[in-house]
Amino acid sequence: MLGLLAEHGDEGKILAGGQSLVPLLNFRLAHPENLIDINRIGALAGIRRKNGHLYVGTLTRHSTMEHSRVVGENWPLLTEAMKFVAHPQIRNRGTVGGSVAHADPAAELPVAFLTLDARFKALSRRGERTIAAGDFFITHLTTALEPDEALVEIEVPPVAPGTGYAFTEFARRHGDFALGGASVLVTLDSAGVCERAAVGLLAAGPTPMRAPGAEEVLAGERIDEKVAREAASRAIADISPTGDIHGSAEYRRELIEVMVRRAIQKATERALARGGSNGASDA
Amino acid sequence: MERAMPDDGRRRITVEINGREYTAEVEPRLLLSDFIRHEARLTGTHVGCEHGVCGACTVQLEGEPVRSCLMFAVQADGRSLRTVEGMTDGLEEGELHPLQQAFHEKHGLQCGFCTPGFLMSLEPLLLEERELTDREIREELAGNLCRCTGYQNIVEAVKLARERMHAGETPEA
Repeated sequence: MLGLLAEHGDEGKILAGGQSLVPLLNFRLAHPENLIDINRIGALAGIRRKNGHLYVGTLTRHSTMEHSRVVGENWPLLTEAMKFVAHPQIRNRGTVGGSVAHADPAAELPVAFLTLDARFKALSRRGERTIAAGDFFITHLTTALEPDEALVEIEVPPVAPGTGYAFTEFARRHGDFALGGASVLVTLDSAGVCERAAVGLLAAGPTPMRAPGAEEVLAGERIDEKVAREAASRAIADISPTGDIHGSAEYRRELIEVMVRRAIQKATERALARGGSNGASDA
Repeated sequence: MERAMPDDGRRRITVEINGREYTAEVEPRLLLSDFIRHEARLTGTHVGCEHGVCGACTVQLEGEPVRSCLMFAVQADGRSLRTVEGMTDGLEEGELHPLQQAFHEKHGLQCGFCTPGFLMSLEPLLLEERELTDREIREELAGNLCRCTGYQNIVEAVKLARERMHAGETPEA
């Protein structure tokens, strides 16, 4: 795989599950000279947990992650996000790494990984490097991967005890790409005060993005509806979603605000329901 | 613009469909849906949108429903597929698979264009042991579009087929 990538560079495109790439080929919107099919490289698929960290092979199918007990028990945000990913037939073929490398701002997994501070392992003939999710998504459908690099593994750090999660999304029909959504983690201390929050936004701009302003609003607060509203309003202060036939930019901003608020409230409820004990292990 | 190929292009592949092997020399660019229809001559698999939205081309790859328009034929080399034609294998002439029979009785189709995709997507539900809610059935068929019948009768058909399956009944032909 790496030899072929090095040889073909810009004209070589990795074919994983093909659920995003093949439609582009069928429409003749993309026409790479060469496709490098990695589907028979079994070593690239699989989910394991080691020293509390999650490692997901790039070729792991969506349906495998959706039903993974290890993921559900320790990173339920990912399991909740999976419910919004397309349809069963797509999830049977689509891969986790393919979704990340495609980097659609309206896709669920990239923003969920960004919220979880995941790290992406890239491999090339030149060597291996690890890219933090925050540095990975450059602009629309563009990542930090070089033409000769392949994304081979996603690493997700453990979620702190006392953390509640929520993934919210609105689409015209279930399984469609999101018009707007939010991915939220809230970590509460034993007194119920927010120690740390991570707020990710779907379809809010050219890339999956975090909302640092909203995270600052939440930190140090006892989160009630007023705080959640303030954080949600901060979340949309700096975004400029693209309007299209499915919804104007203005509509999308309002939608994202509501999605963020709901996700914060749900994540907080879930964190409180666990009384600050190991919040992430409810499955 | 010249488009160089690494070699003459064509690949010899063998795909098992409904228990029978089909061998052909194909261009790597050939979609699996086109292989099924044009090479294997199994035209029960329909091609609607050809970009993974409508679900008409759904087939089962090693038992799992997938879009055949989003795979290349060469990717199915050595793999095992099931198409709608396979549903009546081993049955008497004119006899229907329990799910097909239920679609027939519950009026789960009108023009029939989308039906093979629905059948391929929904057949695995018949083997699901646990109770399924209407919502779960609807989620399972959300990836298939029907533009004339709607979905209510299709949900009814799935329920009827499951009832019969689980009661161990054989449907009347």
